[in-house]
Amino acid sequence: MLILECPYCGVKAEETELSPGGEAHLKRFGPGSSDEDFENYMFARKNPKGVHFERWRHSYGCGKWFLAARCTATLEVFGTYPAQTTEPPADIIDKIKAKRPDWKGYK
Amino acid sequence: MSTRLSKGGRLIDRTAPQEFTFNGKRLRGYRGDTLAAALLANDQMLVGRSFKYHRPRGIVASGAEEPNALVNMGEGGRFEPNQRTTTTELFDGLTCTSQNHWPSLEFDVGVVNNYAARFLPAGFYYKTFIHPRFAWKHVFEPVVRQSAGLGKVPKERDADRYEQAYAFCDILVVGGGIAGLQAALTAGRAGKRVWLVEQTAHWGGRAVVDGAEIDGQPAEAWVKSALQALEGMANVTIRSRCMAAGSYDHGYVLCDEKVADHTPGDGRPRHRLWRLRAGQIIAATGAIERPLSFAGNDIPGVMLASAVRDYVINWAVAPGDRTVVVTNNDDAYRTAIALKEAGLEVPVILDARASVTGDLPARARAMGIRVEAGRAIAKVKGGKRVTGVAICAQAGQGAVLEEIACDAVAMSGGWSPVVHLWSHCGGKLKWDDAQAQFTPDKARPPLNHDGSALVQTAGCASGVLATAEVLADATEAAGGGAVPAANGPAEAALEPIWVMPQGAPVQLRMKMWLDYQNDVKVSDVQLAAREGYTSVEHTKRYTTLGMATDQGKLSNINGLAVLADSLSSPIPQVGTTTFRPPYTPVTIGALAGEARGEIFQPLRRSPMHDWHLAQNAYMEPVGLWQRPYCYPRPGETHEQAVHREVRNTRSNVGLLDASTLGKIIVKGPDAGRFLDMLYTNVMSNLAIGKCRYGLMCNEQGFLSDDGVVARIDEDTWLCHTTSGGSDRIHAWMEDWLQCEWWDWQVYTANVTEQFAQIAVVGPNARKVLEKLGGMDVSKEALPFMTWADGVLGGFRVRAYRISFSGELSYEIAVPASEGRAFWDALVAVGAEFGMMPYGTEGLHVLRAEKGFIMIGDETDGTVIPQDLNLGWAISKKKDDYLGKRGQERPYLASPDRWKLVGLETLDGSVIQDGAYAPAPGFNANGQRNTQGRVTSTYFSPTLNKGIAMGLVKGGLSRLGEVIEMTKLDGTTQQVRIVDPVFYDKEGEKQNV
Amino acid sequence: MSEVANIPVVSALGGASFDGFARVREIGPLGMITLRAKPEVKGLSAAIKAVTGTAMPKQRRIEVKGEKAAGWMSPDEYLLVLPYTDVKAALATLAEKLADQHHLAVDVSDARAVFRIEGDRASEVLSKLAPADLAALEKGELRRTRIAQVAGAFWQDETGFTVVCFRSVAGYVMGALSHSAQPGSELF
Repeated sequence: MLILECPYCGVKAEETELSPGGEAHLKRFGPGSSDEDFENYMFARKNPKGVHFERWRHSYGCGKWFLAARCTATLEVFGTYPAQTTEPPADIIDKIKAKRPDWKGYK
Repeated sequence: MSTRLSKGGRLIDRTAPQEFTFNGKRLRGYRGDTLAAALLANDQMLVGRSFKYHRPRGIVASGAEEPNALVNMGEGGRFEPNQRTTTTELFDGLTCTSQNHWPSLEFDVGVVNNYAARFLPAGFYYKTFIHPRFAWKHVFEPVVRQSAGLGKVPKERDADRYEQAYAFCDILVVGGGIAGLQAALTAGRAGKRVWLVEQTAHWGGRAVVDGAEIDGQPAEAWVKSALQALEGMANVTIRSRCMAAGSYDHGYVLCDEKVADHTPGDGRPRHRLWRLRAGQIIAATGAIERPLSFAGNDIPGVMLASAVRDYVINWAVAPGDRTVVVTNNDDAYRTAIALKEAGLEVPVILDARASVTGDLPARARAMGIRVEAGRAIAKVKGGKRVTGVAICAQAGQGAVLEEIACDAVAMSGGWSPVVHLWSHCGGKLKWDDAQAQFTPDKARPPLNHDGSALVQTAGCASGVLATAEVLADATEAAGGGAVPAANGPAEAALEPIWVMPQGAPVQLRMKMWLDYQNDVKVSDVQLAAREGYTSVEHTKRYTTLGMATDQGKLSNINGLAVLADSLSSPIPQVGTTTFRPPYTPVTIGALAGEARGEIFQPLRRSPMHDWHLAQNAYMEPVGLWQRPYCYPRPGETHEQAVHREVRNTRSNVGLLDASTLGKIIVKGPDAGRFLDMLYTNVMSNLAIGKCRYGLMCNEQGFLSDDGVVARIDEDTWLCHTTSGGSDRIHAWMEDWLQCEWWDWQVYTANVTEQFAQIAVVGPNARKVLEKLGGMDVSKEALPFMTWADGVLGGFRVRAYRISFSGELSYEIAVPASEGRAFWDALVAVGAEFGMMPYGTEGLHVLRAEKGFIMIGDETDGTVIPQDLNLGWAISKKKDDYLGKRGQERPYLASPDRWKLVGLETLDGSVIQDGAYAPAPGFNANGQRNTQGRVTSTYFSPTLNKGIAMGLVKGGLSRLGEVIEMTKLDGTTQQVRIVDPVFYDKEGEKQNV
Repeated sequence: MSEVANIPVVSALGGASFDGFARVREIGPLGMITLRAKPEVKGLSAAIKAVTGTAMPKQRRIEVKGEKAAGWMSPDEYLLVLPYTDVKAALATLAEKLADQHHLAVDVSDARAVFRIEGDRASEVLSKLAPADLAALEKGELRRTRIAQVAGAFWQDETGFTVVCFRSVAGYVMGALSHSAQPGSELF
């Protein structure tokens, strides 16, 4: 059972205090978007064995959504950060690259 | 015979005799005994029958690894099967019975399987029960069911109480042997927050039995002073009778504390499940001795060598008068020495190794014990009890050299580290050739959240056995520090022995047990290998090796060594099966904890809950809410009550507890814009004081929730959601506000529970409110689809003119703490207008008569509003709303979509729930084609006939058409497609 | 009756209590306001002070002064605690002081149930239900977490804990707290 630190309230919350929200950094495609863009937005999800970016909500705490970078294979957590970001912060990218030299990047 | 010795027994209190019964027989033991020790003290060697062949089974071990000695414990509400006698503490009044036999333990009919053993090989079930197909259900299964299963299922509600508790520490040390104590001391002295747990009631592990010397004093004295030191540390918490069942992600460990197993009925919780969160875990979980595979190694009286000396030293119980020791290592000599020191006979030590050196064998020889090198057991003699052994050369095929009479055999095949906690969360193992064991590969530990090693092993769990090495390893695991000096005899290397004798023919291998409980023998594993089972995981399932309640603690390593040999593969290549929690079984009660009875789950209650109960309401769950389904009067069925409630609401006035309705405040300069994105229609232009029905869709365009929105002031809206939907919709709103439109100025608050909401519904509704007195509730002052704040009967209220029944209707909100008083006031004034409460089923019938959809009935996550003829509630003007792009997908515009219609049978009967409309032909899977289904179906008391709504291909374009719908009896009935609004089509009654 | 009558205010459980190894009792109803605003909003600190008499709470803190308190619930949400009968006036004060600022202030007094757990072993009762490290909980820290199967919040003072949950599950929380406080089930 994971522990993730909520970047808003600083609580090291265990998984039962959180709700998962799937892949992070998805871009919304609304009316006027192509079928392909909409399909990718709606259905295409990464499922990596390794570095992954996820949405979590501190639902039994401050109620805020946040994002987490972690390794799905070893459960190592590289960092959590606010949801109001369109791509992972540089310091977290650096940390991942240092620990996972073979990592291909988040895109 | 097995018996109590007159002297010794470090754990028993001879001044405290305890009476207990086994199969109704009254027996005696002492406080400090385990049940197994007490049974052996009473010469009860035969304690059960094996699972498959019903072979006689005796006690093999002295701890958690015991595969045989399981009993039904207790009676009535405290009955529990499969309790290990070796870990059950004896208490006065204990009752237990043996398992898996009929009619009696001594004479068991099922033993016939034993004689048919050659016809019941590995994979017997898979091979036999496949054909003919019908036979499984009618012949095999009933027979198998009769004889399957260990123990009995408890029949009464558990009399005990359980609980869980959360705890946090920097370091959790598991195991109270010298390694665990030393690790806890080291971490405790470093100022760490430490937890130390031990599964038994005693501390010190094997060292106190085996007589090591630490810091110049006997192990027992060192253990005592270590415990005292730990108890004196405020940062250290120690728990005995506390078994670490499993380790999980990020240092989460479940520990089962057996608080009151040994003191039943004393008012304490029976078990407590600790949900520990540790920064690091040190598994000082020791090692388990392996049996040797020789013919007849399952006969009662054959025991692990370590267990034999445990019984002698800890409980002063001699498993036999004459014990033959058989071994491939030096450690087992301790057993011979202990037996001899207790005054018992050891006719011979059979050592499979060709040469025997080392300190311990030298001591044994010096005590006059006969030691035979290169010898093995060809066969154990006896049935329900060992009577002797036939000796052969280990190197040969089992030619008997000599027979020796004895009544017990102590065997040792070496030790396997207990690596469960290391392995549960991903730690890898490596094979240690010298000691023939899998040990933790410290280069590949399970990882913590920061990438550091989550679990360390300490002592024997790491694969080190000598006392000095154990203490050094434990100190290092805990971060380093002073290591106490220790002395012990030098031990020579063991020799791996997987089959005894080495060239044993099949007749002997068929009698060599690997898994005692499940009756898996050496020959079974070899057969599996010949049949192509090369994976250890497949072999396990095929043969059932290691699948018994002991999860292969004794059998796994021996089994996979036999498999590796059969496959001519090295052992590490074959590998182990996966270690999974729990380490030993955890009773379901502990896993449920407090979640039983009244607090099994959080039931949500409205402020009027007690009134409903007092009125004999039949309650139903709506989400976690408890709502009245109907209020049956004496002599009424639920159906009659619902019909009465509906008729009365249509003709007089009904009262509904609508408090569960979701209520979410949305406020801010961008609130209108936000709601326009959330709802399919426009909410930003709703006038203050007005209400509007709205639909919410998910991004795929499918209908997700509906409800009435009220404009409160310039930048405030109140959104009503479905009952049970408020948390979900509130979370949905916050998701979009936080993660997509975080620059929009909008705040939300879920105020569902702030208000009691009461619907006053029916032609007399206005008269009731006027009688109550206060605000103007006339058509002019408070028209349909408006709301107003005011006072009614002295209560501050907010009244909404909204209707889910088609009747004149007011939904009135008051603060929850005044809800019951307001309800009572309505009931008091409503009597003269014929007012009656109605429940959720009446609500459903009323809305269905009006053709109003219900989320979850007419919708199922694949239905768009357009399918429900709700196109009028979808704005054509808006560029965007959640779900708009999804609804633009071409297949959602297909004329073939199933759309909402009304349905009526031709004879007025009620269509059955879940009925489908078949269509001609069959689909690719050979299933009948369908063209529609019913979504809501009721008897309408108002119209006195069955009414239904459904989704039918082509929808209302087929108005008037008659189609077939299925019935449960396999026949179909004719159903006409009609307008889904069955009652008051013009909507005159609600707008008065 | 067009005048507002004096309606007796009833808490969810009518002041239920349980005496175990710690004392559990339902208190209230307390006046409670959910105030949503960003901390940098002009006049926020003054508005909170005007209503509760306390300073503006920092992250995860609750400032308590007598019967009143102000707690930090999230980066843009505060819980104001005050006597039940003061809520109406407090909402008016907030509306006035924050008139030009984007905020939301709503009365949630009736949406909540409030408990006290008192006694030397009060923390052991909560330890059985909440996955929070109570030994690390500071005085004046407001912890929002899970209490068995429902959301809850609590803070600690000299004599025990104040626990807040939703009103509809008051019975469930009372049951869980009572079960956890049973004599004979002391943890340490």
